[in-house]
Amino acid sequence: MTSFAKPHINLKHAKRNDLGLTWHDYEGAMSTLCAGCGHDSITACMAKAFFELSIEPHRAVKISGIGCSSKTTAYFLSESHGNNTVHGRMPSVATGAAAANAGLTYIGVSGDGDSLSIGLGQFAHAMRRNVNMLYMLENNGVYGLTKGQFSASADIGSKSKKGEINLSPPIDPVTLALSLGASFVARGFSGDREQLVPLIKAGLKHNGFGLIDVISPCVSFNDHPGSTKSYAHTYQYYHPAVHADYVPMSEEIKTSYAAGEAVPVELHDGGSIILRKIDEDYDPRDRGAAYTQIAERDAKGEIVTGLLYIDESHDDMAAMNKLPARALNTMPYETLCPGSEALAALQKGYR
Amino acid sequence: MNAPDGWKQQNGVPPTDTANPDYFHKVVDCQWACPTHTPVPAYIRLIAQGRFSDAYILNRESNVFPGILGRVCDRPCEPACRRDRVEDEPVAICRLKRVAADHKDDITNRLPKKPAQTNGKRIALIGAGPASFTVANDLAPLGYECTILERFDVPGGLMRTNIPAFRLPEKVLDEELGYILDMGVDLRLNSPVGSMKSLLDEGYDAVFVGTGAPKGKELDLPGRSEGGASIHIGIDWLESVAFDHVKSIGEKVLIIGVGNTAMDCCRTSLRLGAKNVKVMARKPRSFFKASPWELEDAEAENVEIIVNHSPKSFVVKNGKLTGMVFELMEYELDDKGTIVGQKVTGEEMIPCDDVILAIGQENAFDWIERDAGLEFGKWDMPVVDEVTFQSTEPRVFFGGDAAFGPKNIIWAVEHGHQAAISIHQFCEGNPVTVRPIDELKLSSTKMGMFEWRYSNSFDGAHRRVMPHVELAKRFKDLDVEVELGFTPEQTATEVQRCLNCDVQTVFDTPLCTECDACIDICPVDCLSITPNADENTLRHVLENPALNDDQTLFVSEALPFTGRVMIKDENICLHCGLCAERCPTAAWDMQEAQIIINHVEDMI
Repeated sequence: MTSFAKPHINLKHAKRNDLGLTWHDYEGAMSTLCAGCGHDSITACMAKAFFELSIEPHRAVKISGIGCSSKTTAYFLSESHGNNTVHGRMPSVATGAAAANAGLTYIGVSGDGDSLSIGLGQFAHAMRRNVNMLYMLENNGVYGLTKGQFSASADIGSKSKKGEINLSPPIDPVTLALSLGASFVARGFSGDREQLVPLIKAGLKHNGFGLIDVISPCVSFNDHPGSTKSYAHTYQYYHPAVHADYVPMSEEIKTSYAAGEAVPVELHDGGSIILRKIDEDYDPRDRGAAYTQIAERDAKGEIVTGLLYIDESHDDMAAMNKLPARALNTMPYETLCPGSEALAALQKGYR
Repeated sequence: MNAPDGWKQQNGVPPTDTANPDYFHKVVDCQWACPTHTPVPAYIRLIAQGRFSDAYILNRESNVFPGILGRVCDRPCEPACRRDRVEDEPVAICRLKRVAADHKDDITNRLPKKPAQTNGKRIALIGAGPASFTVANDLAPLGYECTILERFDVPGGLMRTNIPAFRLPEKVLDEELGYILDMGVDLRLNSPVGSMKSLLDEGYDAVFVGTGAPKGKELDLPGRSEGGASIHIGIDWLESVAFDHVKSIGEKVLIIGVGNTAMDCCRTSLRLGAKNVKVMARKPRSFFKASPWELEDAEAENVEIIVNHSPKSFVVKNGKLTGMVFELMEYELDDKGTIVGQKVTGEEMIPCDDVILAIGQENAFDWIERDAGLEFGKWDMPVVDEVTFQSTEPRVFFGGDAAFGPKNIIWAVEHGHQAAISIHQFCEGNPVTVRPIDELKLSSTKMGMFEWRYSNSFDGAHRRVMPHVELAKRFKDLDVEVELGFTPEQTATEVQRCLNCDVQTVFDTPLCTECDACIDICPVDCLSITPNADENTLRHVLENPALNDDQTLFVSEALPFTGRVMIKDENICLHCGLCAERCPTAAWDMQEAQIIINHVEDMI
């Protein structure tokens, strides 16, 4: 619990974005999570990403399910649309919203419990459908709100706070997403905002479903020796493979990269994502190779991070289903509901 | 360790040495800027608790004259105040000091006493101004026999003669000088010193020269001698007003110069019957020497300040001053605002009945014989050591405006403290270069969850405006104090504006788990965790780059997990304690830093 407020300071020399806002304008209510929770760091990174992209807060939608992670939608973008849904059902609500209004920017916030247990089916189908949204999976390996039971992402051999060893194999959101055909698959760590903020920006700008699995240590129930999701463990086995920077269309790509290292991927909005390989052997454009590499390294205990796979050519849900580009609420009633005669005519066609 | 290459950077800025008292002292900008290093946040907290006497005594330890300085200090602390850099205007530090002085109880039994017996050492202090009184304040309680020699029949120096009573009431001055005289100081009035040699012959163990800069600068232009009767030297004229020798002035008055003396001259003129007072400035407003608040107060009394007029001549008709001719100036400024060119575009005659010259002050050492053993240097000023205040005659020390030319009261007090240390060392037979060193005491302010023993929440209130006596009433008498002092409500608000910069963010590197919680919670984004690098790179890593090079950048030791460093821009930190509140391992703590500035009494 918290009983203090973060003051809003009109700093004389604060950095402002194209809209004249500071990143503090993208913050929300005070977090009531435990002090030191990785989720709070991710919250700040999301706020920064929206700030840096100069997205108007009222043109953004944040949706979540149930759990510590899902609470965090209250802690950023206080001027945006939001829906804190039923446990594990965030993808359905996001799918519906994206179908009704394709013009908004959608970010879903969920956790390993919400996404990989009760909501696994929903999570899988949102990827299949390629809903145009960024899905943040804040992954700490435990059920924090119910005091630290292992979640479905807990590694074999990881020790709980009470000393119990996990024996069940983990569900890895990244390899799962690769196998389900997701078009943007990334892994980050709450402790590396230099990597995470650009990843979120790239994910928001990617056309289709973007998944960022973010290792986010639970300070209260999973930050002890023996845990494989603690700050100490994650920092020790942390291995960034590919760095991704979003460059909007308006900006020329000026930064020079060493030959062979930087790969630009063009996006639908005219901007691009510049991939910088930290690991030379890794190719984030080859689904099969990416899958093999990640699986092999996961087995060795390495935590491979960065933009691990991207396919910008895949149609998103709106394109596949020929959904209108206009928001439904801006269409005339007659178009939305053409009347009984039109319905009868349609039905006649099927007879 | 698979962490990205470059996280564990060996070459970079070395860890900040926070054990050096200067580091945390500098963070308390007001205290650092104050010549006497008054612990401002600490006494503001005492005022906030209604402990006015305690606040007064704490003030007095460093600045000796809280009641006087709470009204007329040059306040170097306020432009330094962090509040000014963060959001709006500085805390009204000076006027809060006055609150402590005005509302204290009888504190006489808490002051140093006249010692039961003296130590037999005799010290002569020339000039009864703030510098001499500070030396006496520091030395008399230790047993030194201090004799102050004053040429006028009242003590106080320029505080009496040059600062008008409507800014500094006599009773405040008398009270604070009285505290020091009660310590057994021998004040000899009407005792001008005409010869340094004969004074030295009187066998004093040490002599302190605190005679100020008593000579006003002359403006020798055509007509000066013919119009002499109506042309006055500012500080002499103020002195004559203070001693009731001058009781009136003409209707139209021109003041030449825009320093603080000029402000006192124009406002005093209004009280002696002037109806139209103009302050004539040679240069544009950005070059004015007067403090902004003194300019404001004068303009509030309908004094007109006219820029870009350079005096050319006095106009005298039939032996009577009728006006002054000015050259109209035009200046060319560069990007930094420095004058790079000027030209005269015309002339203007401005009619007047009197002119007051307030263009500067000089020292007058005609009473020190050039063979008295003191070496004289540049501008015919005695050679004085900048640390010890000793002249080349080991027995003679200087302080206040007499040492290095005109400064202000608070500098005079600091000179007095330093000279007292030197005089003591000299009389003890110790080298005067051996000085007491500053100390640092840190104590945690944590009381429990969300509880600190200081008011850590940021108060967005704006600076309170000092209430003034209404214009119609204030000109009736010369000694109607214009400023009324803060009301209880204003005081209650203003004390909360202080950011408590002396409650320091103290970082314990081995405890940090690099969770970033402090970075996210910081309302001004002054923290970051980053690979170490050169200072310029580090300064640009922050969300709001630390571009103010006058302010230090804290750099921690290498962090335990990644070898990166925690950095903090001291420039805009609010000392709100949220980093410490949010830190899961208490790697950040809010600790009160007492910067202990030792005086001569601490050497005993």
